[in-house]
Amino acid sequence: MTDIAVSTIPGAASEAVRRSVVSMRDVSKVFSNGTLALKGMTLDVQAGEFISLLGPSGCGKSTALRIIAGLGAPSSGSIDWPSSKINSKGLPEGDVGFVFQDPTLMPWATVFDNVYLPLKLRGVTRAAAREAVMDNLAAVGLADFARSFPRELSGGMRMRVSIARAMVTRPKLLLMDEPFAALDEITRQKLNDDVLRLWQQHGVTVIFVTHSVYESAYLSSRIVVMRARPGQVFADMKISQPAGRDNAYRVSEGYRQTCQDVSDALQRAIGAGETH
Amino acid sequence: MSQTMTTDSEAGTDSAAGVVLPRTPNREKIMQVVIPISALLLAILGWHLLVTINQIPRYILPGPVDVAVALFTDSSTLWPAMLVTIRITLMALALALIGGVGLAILLVQSRLLELALFPFAVVLQVTPIIAIAPLLLIYAPDTQTALLICAFLVAFFPILSNMAQGLKSVDHNLLNLFELYGASGWQTLLFLKIPAAMPYFMAGLRIGGGLALIAAVVAEFAAGSAGQGAGLAFRLIESQYRMNLPRMFVCLIMLCGIGISIFGLTSLISWLTLHRWHESAIRREN
Ligand SMILES: Nc1ncnc2c1ncn2[C@@H]1O[C@H](COP(=O)(O)OP(=O)(O)OP(=O)(O)O)[C@@H](O)[C@H]1O
Ligand SMILES: [Mg+2]
Repeated sequence: MTDIAVSTIPGAASEAVRRSVVSMRDVSKVFSNGTLALKGMTLDVQAGEFISLLGPSGCGKSTALRIIAGLGAPSSGSIDWPSSKINSKGLPEGDVGFVFQDPTLMPWATVFDNVYLPLKLRGVTRAAAREAVMDNLAAVGLADFARSFPRELSGGMRMRVSIARAMVTRPKLLLMDEPFAALDEITRQKLNDDVLRLWQQHGVTVIFVTHSVYESAYLSSRIVVMRARPGQVFADMKISQPAGRDNAYRVSEGYRQTCQDVSDALQRAIGAGETH
Repeated sequence: MSQTMTTDSEAGTDSAAGVVLPRTPNREKIMQVVIPISALLLAILGWHLLVTINQIPRYILPGPVDVAVALFTDSSTLWPAMLVTIRITLMALALALIGGVGLAILLVQSRLLELALFPFAVVLQVTPIIAIAPLLLIYAPDTQTALLICAFLVAFFPILSNMAQGLKSVDHNLLNLFELYGASGWQTLLFLKIPAAMPYFMAGLRIGGGLALIAAVVAEFAAGSAGQGAGLAFRLIESQYRMNLPRMFVCLIMLCGIGISIFGLTSLISWLTLHRWHESAIRREN
């Protein structure tokens, strides 16, 4: 039940000064059918972090992400946005982008219109949004496909449209729920690099749910391992690896060690969920 | 790997989507036109031969030539009748579209209304609407109105139920997305639910269009209007009393023509709306 800190970040004193983007305090979620998906989950997300959320299937990762995004209220506990303007629903409107496991594009709309959607819903005109939309399409390498329809794209390209759409509002926090689970390894690595680049260029804070230990070790500045029954944080590790991650990093000793640690923590988290 | 590498190497994996238009070979295209038309002409020829060789009298089975002649000689009575039937059908369809779509939208916006209207919907849907035509004749100010109401009611339900079904079958993740971006109820309706319902609406439109014509005809059989306002169904019955078979055939051919036009028109509208994105309107390519 206790959280184990695998490594501590140097300069922890400055930690308090860093701004929290969002903090979950003692959040529990009981579904209407009685399932206790989360129990007392606490997570403080600092600005600029790239957090991977790992854990056994059904431990509540998606639930946690949805609660943070304001899709379904927690049964108890609170979600705070210390550095955002809050709207009437208690949500930091426009500060959150969400990439679902499926691309979730509107099949009747072109790639351009899909990416334009978040701005359209805010009342931005097409003309005013054009530049932002095209910039974000270019950032994921799809500028030439603005007028295509989703069905004319490959799975990886659709996922990139979904990422461009999440980024078009310049969110402070980008939530990604197993975005690349359905993709092949090569496409997945490429999209990992795309996401890293967006993270570095725009200083967006990312919470990234994944099943892959390797993916989390490659991307993250912090890895949070969750356990199941009840769903809560099991281990919280800072990854003090260089920011520049590339193919060389994939074969480095630091990467191997991180994978090892994360894998061990995950095994223990799975064990904890079963013995309970 | 540098950033430019990442974007440049795009072409490697998944930019291979071609922009070449799908094209049916010319021979296939010609066959698609020639074969059905020849088959139709052959059938008419067969009909003609059947009648002439067996010397079947005109009052039992008229040949195609008799029918063609009747089309010209009776045109002064039949064309206005056709216009009447077309007008009733189209007006009924238009009203059914407005009513069906409007009510479907209200239903999905308000659970209360949906529950309240449910019993009425069931009663009206399981009752063969045509059976209330005699009753409508009593209440409606004139026969035309009765026919219109009848055709409207019949076309209304498939449109309502398809549209309501479509509005409800929106991808939940897309609904989440709209909620995430703080979309208002109207925005969700306009930009998400209505477009998502289009394939269902189109199915309802095609069914409703066909049914409106059937109802306009059957209701007129029941109503038996006459004079100025007479439609094709009345002319059909009238010709039957007079044993004027060529004219009956002309009426049938006209009804068939209206049916084909409505089907063609609704299919065209459906194709125009859906062909860029919906599976039902897209040629399979793999
Ligand atoms: N709408 C729902 N109604 C009832 N129970 C639900 C609902 N959604 C999720 N659950 C339950 O909540 C628990 C956590 O689900 P969640 O989808 O968050 O898991 P997850 O960690 O994302 O799993 P996976 O890795 O398989 O995606 C599961 O036990 C699941 O059965
Ligand atoms: Mg999940």
